[in-house]
Amino acid sequence: MSQASDTLTPPIAFDAAAAESLAAPLSPGQLAWRRFRRHRMAVFGSVGLMALFVFIVAGSFFYTEKYANRNDVLHRLEAPSAGHFFGTDSIGRDLFARIIYGGQISLIIGVLSVALALFLGIAIGGTAGYYGGWIDAVLMRFTEAALAIPSLFLLIILGKLFGSQIPTLTLLGRTFSGSVIVVILVIGLTSWMYLARIVRANILSLREMDYVAASRALGVSNLRILLRHLIPNTIAPIVVSATLGLASAIISEAYVSFLGLGVQPPTASWGNIMDQSISLIQRGVWWMWLFPSSFIVMTILFTNFVGDGLRDALDPRRKV
Amino acid sequence: MTTYILRRLIQGVFILMIITTVSFGLTRLSSDPMAQYTLGRVSAEDRERIRKNLGLDQPLPVQYYRWLSLAVRGDFGYSITNRQPVSELILQRLPQTLVLMVTAEVVIIVLSLLLGVYSAVKQYSLFDNVLTGLSFIGFSLPIFFIALALMFIFAVQFKEWGLPYLPTGADVWEFTDPYELFVHLVLPVASLAIIQVAGYTRYLRSSMLEVLSQDYIRTARAKGLIERLVVTRHALRNAALPLVTIIGLDAPALLAGAIVTETVYSWPGMGRLFWQQAGRGDYPTVMAILLIVAVAVVVFQIITDVAYTFIDPRIRLS
Repeated sequence: MSQASDTLTPPIAFDAAAAESLAAPLSPGQLAWRRFRRHRMAVFGSVGLMALFVFIVAGSFFYTEKYANRNDVLHRLEAPSAGHFFGTDSIGRDLFARIIYGGQISLIIGVLSVALALFLGIAIGGTAGYYGGWIDAVLMRFTEAALAIPSLFLLIILGKLFGSQIPTLTLLGRTFSGSVIVVILVIGLTSWMYLARIVRANILSLREMDYVAASRALGVSNLRILLRHLIPNTIAPIVVSATLGLASAIISEAYVSFLGLGVQPPTASWGNIMDQSISLIQRGVWWMWLFPSSFIVMTILFTNFVGDGLRDALDPRRKV
Repeated sequence: MTTYILRRLIQGVFILMIITTVSFGLTRLSSDPMAQYTLGRVSAEDRERIRKNLGLDQPLPVQYYRWLSLAVRGDFGYSITNRQPVSELILQRLPQTLVLMVTAEVVIIVLSLLLGVYSAVKQYSLFDNVLTGLSFIGFSLPIFFIALALMFIFAVQFKEWGLPYLPTGADVWEFTDPYELFVHLVLPVASLAIIQVAGYTRYLRSSMLEVLSQDYIRTARAKGLIERLVVTRHALRNAALPLVTIIGLDAPALLAGAIVTETVYSWPGMGRLFWQQAGRGDYPTVMAILLIVAVAVVVFQIITDVAYTFIDPRIRLS
């Protein structure tokens, strides 16, 4: 093609489509999307996540939340049957319905706590990397301090701190236990550290670029340089860690709820459905842990597949 | 080197100060140690006296200062709920925690080395593909899923089927009896190992593959060295380097124990102690465990960084 364009006359067979594609080169976003589509496991993961999402949303049209929270002492700890697909728990609540509503809660917690972690990680990492000096030193020591305590220990202390007095919330016509907000805060506050380090490292090298010097010469404010130039340029690791962060937030929710410090009943979450399963499992009650934890495992697997695909797709060194 | 270590130590002290200040504030605010003295059981005057005795009537910064000045001398005070010295409480749990965590770590390292090396040497074989798939799944599994699944299969169902079964940990048993200790260790160690082995194997496999494609490996093969020596003596030594860092960073967690695994298998370790005492507002115990873990993390980070320069002389500390 390039030789053809050297000549004065256009090539005889003028391919409009080819000319079009030459005229408009693919944007980095389109290239990334192309690489992502080729990643088989990533596509599988996205489809799986969508299926799970449809399940927990569509499910609420078939079962009311009232039904999911309804006790039925006459039908305690029943094994899965046609009436209760996933069986019932120790006070006779239908597990299938609880998994649907618990999934919504777990997903909301996952998304919002990742949003909080992203905000903190970007703000702290960005500030430390851009300003450097003593600000960097203080912020990074703080980050290291937060990393030095195993996150489950932090989760327990924070869960205790916020969990003592919990009001009930009404939102969009539904009542939630306020512990949902507590869990979001707790997980968000314990999972920003790695992102902060990545963002800082990226910005440390980006801030030496000529375009940053140019922006400064033009009198652009620091905040604007940070928000318009530096952060968008480190979007790839942010997207990847947001995806993988969703998986670990859902696990963290399950951990704290499993230990009884998370979402409080009657509001269901995938973690608190399993709350009593340790003692019940010894009496042969397998459906109390198998179903919720399978849903957790599926979500995490699919999310990790997508995260892996995104990591490969957003790496500009990779060829299509 | 000496200045480097010194600087890191000073930074470490700084980090520990942040950790203790923040976590002291959080633990003290999160629960009321006086909650166990309800007014019905204890008179109002007694309550006030206990508060004074425990130093709880002082402002938080003063309480923190008192705690810190004793803690740096190794005195963690008395547990608020057990009235036992905290150090005694922790020393009681330490052997159980270490037995569980060290056994798990040994199993983890041996298995990861074997599996990682084997699957890198046999790249794209059936074994490698199966292992890569399994390790991706294993890496994604939450520990409570594995722990509960293993318990259900090997403790509950095996008993039902009349097969030799393993204990769930809820029974009463003697820690000093080697046989009982062994059967009670199997399931928790397996639960801890599965996730870690999955992670480490993935890591070692990719770093082995990278090393195996390098020129000096070809040289070693060309001079007629047998394959086993090429792999173990030439490749593995370099490929295992990154693993040293990871293990060095994970090792401090050994002291802290594993909260979920210990809870599922009723293992009397530090993780469970932390969880129980955090729930009761026993801040001296909680703070002591946090401090031990934080010190271990900071110290291990420095040791790992320094050890790295000995293992890999190409690295210079600055």
